[in-house]
Amino acid sequence: MSDHAQMSEEELRGRVRALLEEVHPERTDAVTFRRKQYEHGLAWVHFPEGHGGLGLSPKLNVVVTDEISKHSKVVHPDPGVSIIGIGMGAPVVLTYGTEEMKRDMLPRIFSGEDVWCQMFSEPGAGSDVAGLAMRAERDGDEWVVNGQKVWTTVAHLSRWGMLLARTNPDVPKHDGLSYFVLDMQAPGVEVRPLYQITGEAEFNEVFLTDVRIPHDRMLGKEGQGWQVAITTLMNERVAIGGGGSKKKGGGAISALVKLWQEREKAALSPAQEAILRDRVTQCWIEQELLRVTSQRARAAQKSGNPGPEGSVSKLAQAEGNKRLWETALDVLGADGLAFEAGYELRQGYGGTESAQALAKYQFLRSRANSIEGGTSEIMRNILGERVLGLPGEPRVDKAIPWKDVPRS
Amino acid sequence: MALDYSFSEEHDELRATVRAFLEEKSDETAVREHMASERGFAPQVWEQLAEQMGLAGLIIPEEHGGAGMSYVELLVVMEEMGRSLLCAPFLGSAVFAANAVLACANEPTQKEVLAGIAAGKLLATVAHLEPGRRWDLDAIELQAKDGTLTGSKTAVLDGHTADVIFVVARTDAGLGLFRVDADAAGMTRTPIPELDLTRQLARIDFAGTPATEVSQGDQTAALERVLGLTVAALAAEQAGGAQACLEQATDYAKTRLQFGRPIGSYQGIKHKCADMLVEVEFAKSAAYNACFAAAEGADDFLETAALAKAYCSEAYFHAAANNIQIHGGMGFTWEHPAHLYFKRAKASELLFGDAAHHREVLAGKLGL
Repeated sequence: MSDHAQMSEEELRGRVRALLEEVHPERTDAVTFRRKQYEHGLAWVHFPEGHGGLGLSPKLNVVVTDEISKHSKVVHPDPGVSIIGIGMGAPVVLTYGTEEMKRDMLPRIFSGEDVWCQMFSEPGAGSDVAGLAMRAERDGDEWVVNGQKVWTTVAHLSRWGMLLARTNPDVPKHDGLSYFVLDMQAPGVEVRPLYQITGEAEFNEVFLTDVRIPHDRMLGKEGQGWQVAITTLMNERVAIGGGGSKKKGGGAISALVKLWQEREKAALSPAQEAILRDRVTQCWIEQELLRVTSQRARAAQKSGNPGPEGSVSKLAQAEGNKRLWETALDVLGADGLAFEAGYELRQGYGGTESAQALAKYQFLRSRANSIEGGTSEIMRNILGERVLGLPGEPRVDKAIPWKDVPRS
Repeated sequence: MALDYSFSEEHDELRATVRAFLEEKSDETAVREHMASERGFAPQVWEQLAEQMGLAGLIIPEEHGGAGMSYVELLVVMEEMGRSLLCAPFLGSAVFAANAVLACANEPTQKEVLAGIAAGKLLATVAHLEPGRRWDLDAIELQAKDGTLTGSKTAVLDGHTADVIFVVARTDAGLGLFRVDADAAGMTRTPIPELDLTRQLARIDFAGTPATEVSQGDQTAALERVLGLTVAALAAEQAGGAQACLEQATDYAKTRLQFGRPIGSYQGIKHKCADMLVEVEFAKSAAYNACFAAAEGADDFLETAALAKAYCSEAYFHAAANNIQIHGGMGFTWEHPAHLYFKRAKASELLFGDAAHHREVLAGKLGL
């Protein structure tokens, strides 16, 4: 066991400077730089040596990015499309993967060369994701997989997918799942864009027809899939929950305030102005309290996996965000009747050409905040049962074989 | 005089006939097709609606080629149209323009246009809101000078496809109604890229456009009533849309199973649906109240219209938002109809002034 656990922040900063002497972000492309960053153990400092880390506390990761930004105008941050791979794929490969997988996959996750997607949800398994039906059947050294996944972000860009499939329908649902790393280029994998209320497709559907996965790409043991997945789900809830801006008055509320300040005064009577002003102020209060609550949660949080505490922010932000953009539309009034960006059905994320276009887009997009990553209804159950300790409702699905549970 | 809100057998038959027609000609597939078309509606469906069903002239007196029906028949028709998200120039031509011409225009104009409007062959609309200004009539600044108009109007229903536009403009006497034909010089009609693809709106810019005053004297009081009649009809449409959202959400809650149970068996969902039911019933009450008041010539009609627009706007928006929420991820997709109702609900809320605007109008009339 190395003595890196004792490494001071100053020493770590020295390591970063050594990296920068070898390759400098201002003179090197992102992939090359980040590959080097990985080799130097500065990708995830809490990962073991030899796998992109130095065996340090995860709290020291921010030191790395801070030190880089001190010496470079360019920092080559985590690519947006790689957030799933970096935040969820890498930890699960590290914990459960073979040495070969760690060696081959981790550097390419960090560098951004390989994008990863998460394949849990199905049309019939949303809130009840553990009830999923995608079937994996053993055939020699391989598993043959059939079924459909939905809401798969970046599937169309992904090299690998974190796949949860049912390997045993005869046991209770949580016990019959296994976790696989899916080669997205394997025969039988079909990705289709899933167009949404705004016209774009941020997400995809993925159809698997007789797709073969080698047994050594099962992470964890057969039937252990839920345990392996639960960690990634908790991380996702916090990653989405976020808790709004770190800066007072920043983020979405600053957009609403700007729209308010730039409002068409002649379009509002004094009474309407007073009402809208009060609504904007209420939104300001809500967003500020989200910020302060997140700060409090961060302060209290120990390293490792976040628990139900993150759920308060998730629920509050989802409902608050919808309210904020509804208020924005009402501030715009008759101008709210136009959707300047148009509803072109295309893959990608909505444009933000102007403050008004952003408001319209977010007004529509925010409807999913109370659905994605856990619906507000589920969040309320979690808060009531796991945080407040209120008794749960009777369950009809937990102890019986999955195949006997009624499904739509 | 108390309104009795009861529908006759003829009303029920009318509703059944209109519903059957719309289920065939304006189902979800048709709505998506029509909204994406160049004019934003299907001319053959409009023709059938006008000729076979006589709906374009529903409230136009028989002497002008219409059916001479009352606002009770109109409310039934609007509810059904709202339920099916019909894409058609009905609100603009058969309701707003028809009412404006009947209330404000001189006899020769009425003789010239009403028969065409009733037959669905002449598409008319009214241009009233000005960019950056309030929806109230006293906010209108566009002035007619020497028989021409220079300025702008916006959010004009079917403004870019109308054959004739009735413009509300300021005169020495107060407000007047002006007729501008589609081919008038110096007029630019720009379709607004809509939030709600199922209803076409346009901005109209006038640059010395010839316009004929077709009314006499100050029409402010008459126009207030015309606006009231138009929002009362819109409120009925909103109530119909809200009802459709409630039904979709409830049906889904019965058939969607998660954790081995229909999601409607969870109190969270069940109570949401119940709360929607209360709002939908109140929305119907509000719309029916306004339309029966219009039909019976009640003194407090303008109050009932403001109440209806305020309440139905919010009830429809809540129902449409809850419909998306109850459908979960599916409700967020382009493929599912929930977003079409949601966008129609929001746009209808903003059209002619939102709930806060109409509550202010009502408060004023109640002397609060």
